[in-house]
Amino acid sequence: MREITLSQAVNEALAEEMRRDETVFIIGEDVAEAGTPFKVLSGLVEEFGTSRVVDTPIAEPGFMGIAVGAAMTGTRPVVDLMFGDFIYLVMDQLCNQAAKTHYMSGGKLSVPLVLRTNLGATRRSAAQHSQSLHALVAHIPGLKVALPSSAYEAKGLMKTAIRDNNPVVIFEDKLMYQDKAPVPEEEYLIPFGVANVLREGADITLIGTSSMVQVCAKAADILAAEGISAEVIDPRTIVPLDEAALLASARKTSRVIVVDEGHQSFGVTAEIASRINEKAFYHLDAPVLRMGAMDVPVPFSPALEDITVPTPEGVAENARKLVRGELIHAA
Amino acid sequence: MAKAPKQNAEDYLRMYRQMVRIRTFEDNANQLYLSAKMPGLTHMYSGEEAVAVGICEALRVTDKVTSTHRGHGHCVAKGADFKAMFCELLGKEEGYCRGKGGSMHIADQSNGNLGANAIVGGSMGIATGAAFSAKLLGKDDVTVCFFGDGATAQGLWYEVMNMAALWKLPVIYACENNGYSEYTRTEEIAAGSITARAEAFGIEAHQVDGQDVLAVNALTDGLVARARKGEGPFFIELKTYRYHGHHVGDINREYYRSKDEEKDWKENRDPIVRFRGWLVSEGVASEDEIEAMNAEIKEDASAAVQYALAAKYPDVSEVDMHVFTDVEHALA
Ligand SMILES: Cc1ncc(C[n+]2csc(CCOP(=O)(O)OP(=O)(O)O)c2C)c(N)n1
Ligand SMILES: [Mg+2]
Repeated sequence: MREITLSQAVNEALAEEMRRDETVFIIGEDVAEAGTPFKVLSGLVEEFGTSRVVDTPIAEPGFMGIAVGAAMTGTRPVVDLMFGDFIYLVMDQLCNQAAKTHYMSGGKLSVPLVLRTNLGATRRSAAQHSQSLHALVAHIPGLKVALPSSAYEAKGLMKTAIRDNNPVVIFEDKLMYQDKAPVPEEEYLIPFGVANVLREGADITLIGTSSMVQVCAKAADILAAEGISAEVIDPRTIVPLDEAALLASARKTSRVIVVDEGHQSFGVTAEIASRINEKAFYHLDAPVLRMGAMDVPVPFSPALEDITVPTPEGVAENARKLVRGELIHAA
Repeated sequence: MAKAPKQNAEDYLRMYRQMVRIRTFEDNANQLYLSAKMPGLTHMYSGEEAVAVGICEALRVTDKVTSTHRGHGHCVAKGADFKAMFCELLGKEEGYCRGKGGSMHIADQSNGNLGANAIVGGSMGIATGAAFSAKLLGKDDVTVCFFGDGATAQGLWYEVMNMAALWKLPVIYACENNGYSEYTRTEEIAAGSITARAEAFGIEAHQVDGQDVLAVNALTDGLVARARKGEGPFFIELKTYRYHGHHVGDINREYYRSKDEEKDWKENRDPIVRFRGWLVSEGVASEDEIEAMNAEIKEDASAAVQYALAAKYPDVSEVDMHVFTDVEHALA
């Protein structure tokens, strides 16, 4: 199968959906001729013109609000938010307006929009260009949240997001834009709420999201060399969450580590760990472990930044301890 | 200013009827609150009827409006029905939003009302977006964005006005300047001139007496026609006054506005009284005809209130419905 980058995969998904449905348009800063600072959208304005690939002023709440109104009246906007960190600026439009419109109108109005943005540290971009803020929006009823972990995933999830009639926030890992993966030429979609078991295992389950799927896969390699069999699961979307698949794996292996690049406290790892505790407690041989980003603003210095996010070695180390029974904290 | 009163009698009588319907709706809503039959609070539109009616009478059903926390007037003026509105205010299943929105979120999709909004200024993006999609889809629909003087302090407005002007969107920003945001006078929160703010973006701005329904309607008619042809956006500041408190529970108001001031607006500038006088003096309707119309509207409203009081609440199973379009029960 041909291999393309995550960036090309997203570009293809958008182009295919824009060809398929004339109501789909892209709106954001430097999305047209520039194709975004990450060059993900290169070539789209040439095919679809500036009426459907719309460059905006630097006004995130403004263009987010415009997208909400456009979505309510017959179009399907894909909002390009240059950095995930800027999501704070659009919170009212996203969480008070888009997320609640369908519910508050008793089902009469809907907001079929996609907010595409990114996450991920270790690009030496410091605290305002490195955050992974998906937990923030996953907290809000009415928003779906997709976390692609490869080029293949990014294309299939983006196409599903565009066809969804709800507001969907999709976070791409900006470190992965140039990573290649096999992506079929034929059209495919990846349904929301269906986890992907990347690797089956018997001793421990590593649940990873987005950037952390690769980390978990590498940790599983390390562990395999030591005779520990790790199962690696990617939930793909955290809203909706394929709870059944995660619970099934937890019941099978009886040990779980949840790895996610958002801050550890009050985050995605806590939510997933807690659901497993509530629903698979008697199948567990050890507490479910959370591994998120350190609860500090992301520092600039490489010496500091690199230690704030989970690494394959760190995950493998915790897995070893869990398997050996060293992390059971009897009082 | 109003041309050929008699030939357009039907239009004028409809305008009058709509203003009285708003006033009557609000009187009933206020009573529901005072008699503790309505959950929560609500914001009365009484006094501002000529604004909503003058503007909405210049619109078609397919044109859109976005409304505010003080939104009953916009909703009625855009064509809504009393029963479904009262049901919504009381949280009943037959309400416009199945009781999930209430007074501050009434939306009436069928008449192009994209919804009231409890975030001050929160619908400015939505209105501009509705205009954006009309343009993208090649429709000639126009969107009117209603908001208060207080909302002009929100940054969102400046962001979307900029884009609306750059892209020539068919949107009309209508500022209902009733002199107060909550308990604060407009002079204390607005530096300089409000119309100049729109003009700074190259947007044609107008001021109009918001108590004069004919003036509001004539101005809007012209702007709507031009917006349909791609000459938008436009801005209108409508000077008006709210008769009640900021919300129905705001009873003692003397610390922020005087009784004399209230009296002056009610006695000398009431939009319904003024328009009624004009209809009679121009021979469009007789006093008797007008009284009959008023009585009929009162009847309608009481019947709708009784209906809504007796209507049923949504079944508790609805609590997790409509969270997502494609999931019947989000928590199942
Ligand atoms: C973002 C936001 N801030 C504050 C409030 C509280 N609040 C509700 S209405 C209001 C005053 C609005 O004044 P104005 O826009 O002039 O509208 P009016 O009530 O006069 O019609 C305020 C401050 C709110 N609902 N939303
Ligand atoms: Mg006001």
